[in-house]
Amino acid sequence: MREALLVAAKDLRIEMRSRVLLFQVAPFAVATLVLLGFALDADRSALRNFSPGLFWVAVLLTALLAAQRSVAVEHAGRAADALLLSGVGPARIFAGKALALAAQLAALEVGLGVAMVVLYDARIEHFGLAVASAAAATVGIAAAGTLYGVLAAPMGVRETLLPVMLLPVFAPVLIGATRAFGDALGTAATNGWAWFGLLGLFALVYAVFGALAYGPLLEAEA
Amino acid sequence: MSILLGRSPDRQPPGAAPAHTGSRTTRLLGGLALAGLVGLGLCAFVFSPADSRPGPEAGARIGQFDAVRLMYVHVPAAIWTYAALGACALASAVYLWHRGAWWDRLAHACAEIGVVLCAVTLLTGMIWGRPVWGTWWEWGDVRLVTTLVLFLAYAGYLALRSVPGAPEARARRSAVLGLGGAVLIPIVNRSVEWWENRTLHQQSTLEELRIEDLTLFTLVLGIFVMGAVVLWLAVHRFRVAWLEAEAESAGLQAALAERRAEAAAAEPGAGAGGSGP
Amino acid sequence: MESAVWLRDAVCCRGGFPALAGVDLDVTEGEVLLLRGPNGAGKTTLLRLLAGLASLDGGRGTVLGCDLGGERRELRPQVGLLGHDLMLYEDLTVTENLRFFAALAGASETEARAALERLEVSARLREVSLRRLSAGQRKRIAAAVLAVRRPRLWLLDEPHAGLDESGRAAVSGLVRDAAARGATVLLASHEAPAASEVATRTVHLAGGIVVSAAEAAVSPSAEARDA
Repeated sequence: MREALLVAAKDLRIEMRSRVLLFQVAPFAVATLVLLGFALDADRSALRNFSPGLFWVAVLLTALLAAQRSVAVEHAGRAADALLLSGVGPARIFAGKALALAAQLAALEVGLGVAMVVLYDARIEHFGLAVASAAAATVGIAAAGTLYGVLAAPMGVRETLLPVMLLPVFAPVLIGATRAFGDALGTAATNGWAWFGLLGLFALVYAVFGALAYGPLLEAEA
Repeated sequence: MSILLGRSPDRQPPGAAPAHTGSRTTRLLGGLALAGLVGLGLCAFVFSPADSRPGPEAGARIGQFDAVRLMYVHVPAAIWTYAALGACALASAVYLWHRGAWWDRLAHACAEIGVVLCAVTLLTGMIWGRPVWGTWWEWGDVRLVTTLVLFLAYAGYLALRSVPGAPEARARRSAVLGLGGAVLIPIVNRSVEWWENRTLHQQSTLEELRIEDLTLFTLVLGIFVMGAVVLWLAVHRFRVAWLEAEAESAGLQAALAERRAEAAAAEPGAGAGGSGP
Repeated sequence: MESAVWLRDAVCCRGGFPALAGVDLDVTEGEVLLLRGPNGAGKTTLLRLLAGLASLDGGRGTVLGCDLGGERRELRPQVGLLGHDLMLYEDLTVTENLRFFAALAGASETEARAALERLEVSARLREVSLRRLSAGQRKRIAAAVLAVRRPRLWLLDEPHAGLDESGRAAVSGLVRDAAARGATVLLASHEAPAASEVATRTVHLAGGIVVSAAEAAVSPSAEARDA
């Protein structure tokens, strides 16, 4: 656990120094929300109705970039080799990288949430449900993003290969998180907590699968 | 193992690669599949009746009419899609456990066939849906949406496989992805089911159609014929992968010889010093 | 003396090309071995193979008692590699890089600071992000990380390249220290004078094989080679 936290702290420190997420990914996320607004003809009631889905589409597109960044950090200068040589267990490296990615995504989601309220006139009615389901979804996205990121990592086609592999995996997250937010924002009559359960299941499955599969993938790169 | 490798490729003397991937078994299988396809065509288009029965109003007929004939391709393709992709996931899991290139090649062969069948399933489903449901695509249908996500997930798998690289590294990455696709599907299925709590798919098509004997026979025949075609394709695809690996290793032997010659040229006097046993 | 490296007919492919085409090599623990050979001889691949970072595609081998087929994970923490890629984080400062790898290796902060002193990294550079350092300065940082990890087997790929006079002296000193502590060192180098003054034996590579291992210098352990 100590090693996982070391890896996570290292990734967050790199972000604090390089500001790639803050200056490149966050503006991209907001621009996505704005473009989706244009696509729906800026109809106030339509935007409010669709705000949960639009929010999560923006989050998932953003997550692709964040996952790519998380892998790129290790592959510049072959730092991934240094992690291998350090003898840290692959499951711990996975946990650390996923933790850092989840923290970064959570920060981006807060920003996007504010943008959603401002731009789409969304109103959060059940704050607890919104936070809980966003947390579960974020853990799932971070686990899947970390696992699939390293799948696409060492090849020269990372930018194009990662979305092809990762977006189908995000399908259940998008459905679940959109419905849960629909309940939390009062735009859909559904049981949001049931959807929270599904998101939690997804997060659990991909966290376990990732922790188990990360080792063979790191070995494959060596 | 010997079933897939057959006689032809591995009885060849080393160095002389077989010119084709056929063997007596596969030719027999191929012949059976071909005859089955002809029989299926006759049953589907000529002998079996269109779906048509009296409606609630006097004189009106309801049913799927000729569109029902698509079922003879659609249902077997769907069944074998799930079988082939399930086999891919299983072979991937075994590969991660035991290693062994055999399982990797099996996963590859199954995935390619599965993706093609999945496309066939989706296309025939859409063509059938247009006259029967009145729409090409129905978002509320669980099986439709799940199958589409399955198709996308394994298209991604084939994309990963197409990237050149060291065979073993590719095999490991592919195995993780192949297994990940199977992990994903139940979750997708569940989520879509909750998403729109309704379905257009007749849960029990077979009962509702009031299937006549010949219709049922044609459907079952379709499943068997499609199975024969899938098996035939899988064996050949597997053997192609096997030959590719053979060619690769032959290339490696040549490259090794060339590399050692380079060494001999570099240090003519000391060539034997380090490489002797 | 125990065997540190034992390779028989080792083949290692990089991108389908047999970079190593059947290497036989014995290194006894405590030796300082100089690897020489033209560009493309396979020196870098040999070092990566011995570090457990490249897989053995043919032949057999053990390093520090670990089988290269199945025990690479046990091997890696005992090995230090200084390669062309420095394996550091560009966005972190010198101290942060060192502190991270020291923490993973279970070394203390004091040891990290001592390593920076040993490589004569001036205090003003320590809080600077790695991105802003020159190639030679970065190499010193990578060498410091190696020193902190105190590996049993040191694999150095052109350690002197790109370093100034004092840097070369510092790296050579590091190698001597390691050898004095009983560590085994393999260094690949084109810079004969700097490298051979620390080496106890020289091995020539060409075309992916060892073409001459006989050129023993003043090595007490050379006779153990064929044991």
